[in-house]
Amino acid sequence: MATVEYLRTDPDLPPVGVVDRSPMTPAKKGIFAAIAGLGAVAWAVLAIARGENVNAVWIVVAAVCTYITAYRFYARYIEWKITKPRDDLATPAEILENGKDFMPMDRRVLYGHHFAAIAGAGPLVGPVLAAQMGYLPGTIWIVVGVCLAGAVQDYLVLWASTKRRGRSLGQMARDELGVVGGIAAIVAILVIMMILLAVLALVVVNALGESPWGVFSIAMTIPIALFMGVYLRFLRPGRVGEVSAIGIVLLLLAIVGGGWVSETEWGADWFTLSRTTIAWALIGYGFLASVLPVWLLLAPRDYLSTFMKIGTIGLLAIGILVTMPVLTAPAISEFAGTGAGPSFAGSLFPFLFITIACGALSGFHALISSGTTPKLLEKESHAKMIGYGGMLMESFVAVMAIITACIIDQHLYFGMNAPLSLTGGTPEQAAEYTNSLGLAGAPATAETFSQAAEDVGENTIISRTGGAPTLAVGISEVFHQFLGGESMKSFWYHFAIMFEALFILTTIDAGTRVARFMVSDALGNFGGPLARLKDPSWRVGAWVCSLVVVAAWGSILLMGVTDPLGGINALYPLFGIANQLLAAVALTVVVVILVKKGLTRYAWIPGIPLVWDLVVTMTASWQKIFSADPKLGYWKQHSLCRQAQEAGSLCLSAKTPQEVDVVVRNTFIQGTLSILFAALVLVVAAVAVLVCVRAVRSGETSTSETPEEPSKIFAPSGFVATKAEREVQRQWDELIASGAVRAPGAAHAVEVEAK
Amino acid sequence: MRTGTNRLVAAARATLWWLDSVVGGQDYQRYVAHLRRRHPDRPVPTEREYWRERHAHAESNPGGRCC
Repeated sequence: MATVEYLRTDPDLPPVGVVDRSPMTPAKKGIFAAIAGLGAVAWAVLAIARGENVNAVWIVVAAVCTYITAYRFYARYIEWKITKPRDDLATPAEILENGKDFMPMDRRVLYGHHFAAIAGAGPLVGPVLAAQMGYLPGTIWIVVGVCLAGAVQDYLVLWASTKRRGRSLGQMARDELGVVGGIAAIVAILVIMMILLAVLALVVVNALGESPWGVFSIAMTIPIALFMGVYLRFLRPGRVGEVSAIGIVLLLLAIVGGGWVSETEWGADWFTLSRTTIAWALIGYGFLASVLPVWLLLAPRDYLSTFMKIGTIGLLAIGILVTMPVLTAPAISEFAGTGAGPSFAGSLFPFLFITIACGALSGFHALISSGTTPKLLEKESHAKMIGYGGMLMESFVAVMAIITACIIDQHLYFGMNAPLSLTGGTPEQAAEYTNSLGLAGAPATAETFSQAAEDVGENTIISRTGGAPTLAVGISEVFHQFLGGESMKSFWYHFAIMFEALFILTTIDAGTRVARFMVSDALGNFGGPLARLKDPSWRVGAWVCSLVVVAAWGSILLMGVTDPLGGINALYPLFGIANQLLAAVALTVVVVILVKKGLTRYAWIPGIPLVWDLVVTMTASWQKIFSADPKLGYWKQHSLCRQAQEAGSLCLSAKTPQEVDVVVRNTFIQGTLSILFAALVLVVAAVAVLVCVRAVRSGETSTSETPEEPSKIFAPSGFVATKAEREVQRQWDELIASGAVRAPGAAHAVEVEAK
Repeated sequence: MRTGTNRLVAAARATLWWLDSVVGGQDYQRYVAHLRRRHPDRPVPTEREYWRERHAHAESNPGGRCC
């Protein structure tokens, strides 16, 4: 028996929404039971099988079946109990449509748009580093974590912001938590963004250092973007798809050209840059991108990176299914227990969760799910598909990243991800080091490392930390098997490096700009002569604030580049902790909103990930601050090197007195940042507890949601339109064709055509 | 055979439309339709003007990009 309800807001118009309450058909029940069963089998295979013959496809099957089940049942439960979408109400996009930031976007287009905005290097790099503990712990957290934590956060933040005209996380924090909690949240967001930009820049620097091929092709993206910008501004405005296609072709030529250039003497001469030089170049780039017009550099780069992201990730998924690679990593490596792994220090709990970060739960997504995406949401019911569904896709990217890291030769993996102080930098020493780790498979020789470097067109691949080069090796391993053969290995390696560097640079230029406005806003609040900073067209103010922002992340970047202890393993935990703490802020705001709204009964839904996240981040912060293990504790490293400094001796892996000084300074900064992050989040959490207790005691409900307005547009609510929805769509199409009303977006043009 | 080809063409066209829309290739048409529907009294900008205004607005309202 079908129970379909049609929502109408205007008697002269067709329905604006369709609510289908018919129960699941037996056939559908059978399909979901089969999916759940298949997922259970795949998990069982992963859990029981040991040795070297586990196929990576089992991971894909386990992940996808779990996602489908969680989306169909848990996301639906959240929708039923908390978000209760009403498609007869207009979303901010419909009410405030201005053709700029507010516009109702076709749900499938918005899915791509939102995914391109949240996905980046994070879900790729974290799982690669986490692979040092084996494939199983990382995979479990990526899949389980996203269903119970990451997707829940993204969905509920998107819902809360949509109900508040697309207010940002910082603004919602101030509304819900008051002045102290709000300021702590905003300062936390700003400081955390600086770490994010610095660490991502460090990943690029490590991927491009001493690599003329990589430097040339990445450098070429700037003239390509400038060309695209000019083309769109003066030649053919609005032809975004067309210019992006041209841009992608030029990009591929730049990768091929990089191979030629790196083989010439002058090319190798010009483009072999030290890591410090590249770091300065990135800092300069970030500043320029922040002060140059958006249309010239920022917007066209964004188009390029969006296409590269969607294209490469799609290709990688196909590649894994076609080539069906076998996992070479163990299910659980000995580093999971000892915590002495080279790519990041610390035991499985809490550092695996800190390291994986974005693929399972990412606080930074809250900045997109509030402020950006809610202004584009066509219908309230789309929030589940965009928020929860979008994050499932990001998690899938993380799953593919951990697979690519686990199918490459294990000696290669550890040779690439251990810091220089362990591998020594030459193929002979690196082989000696990886053979001492007791890895499975044939022992490595110097040949292993020199051959692998030659295969991908690099001088060396030893200690190329940061995750990006490892991922690129894995991607070239998968791609060359079904696209182009052995000779294409080096092309695919540099294609993958380009893919990562491109969107890290997009994050850097957009992030610097966003932070610049946050700084000028914050400083402008002090009033007096500073009030002028609030005027965005004041160029001097723009330059000064950009300089402040660039100096903040640039100094952390330079610190990482020159760190004698290995920049990535010193800074990456800070990035992970920062990201997870931001998630704690976002989940806290959501819990407070639920309690105030009178939904305390269901506060456990964001409450479980919040408590887990606080336990993980506070344990990790505690260990980073107080641990007496010099591999782990920033202050332990600091005091050891300080003693060495006074005694005139050396410490840890510092090889000269100058390096000792550097370690003393770096560990002081890292330790201070750890304390600052943890303190800010504890302030936010404490304020939240007070606010919740007050709300529950008063027994009254309150809400900061904006008043409701009826909707006048229609859109199906799921990915695929139901029969009833197609019928309503037909009524609207007829009405639009008759000229009585206009289509809400150009979105329906193709649907009409396709029929 | 023919319907198979037609379906393939339709699928290819839908994919291109989707890719173009994700980066905003259809936004101008959408905005014009919106203006005609809701604000028939306002002048309709040309595509060039629309993108200039939109970029001028983005200049001071940057959109975030995540990690």
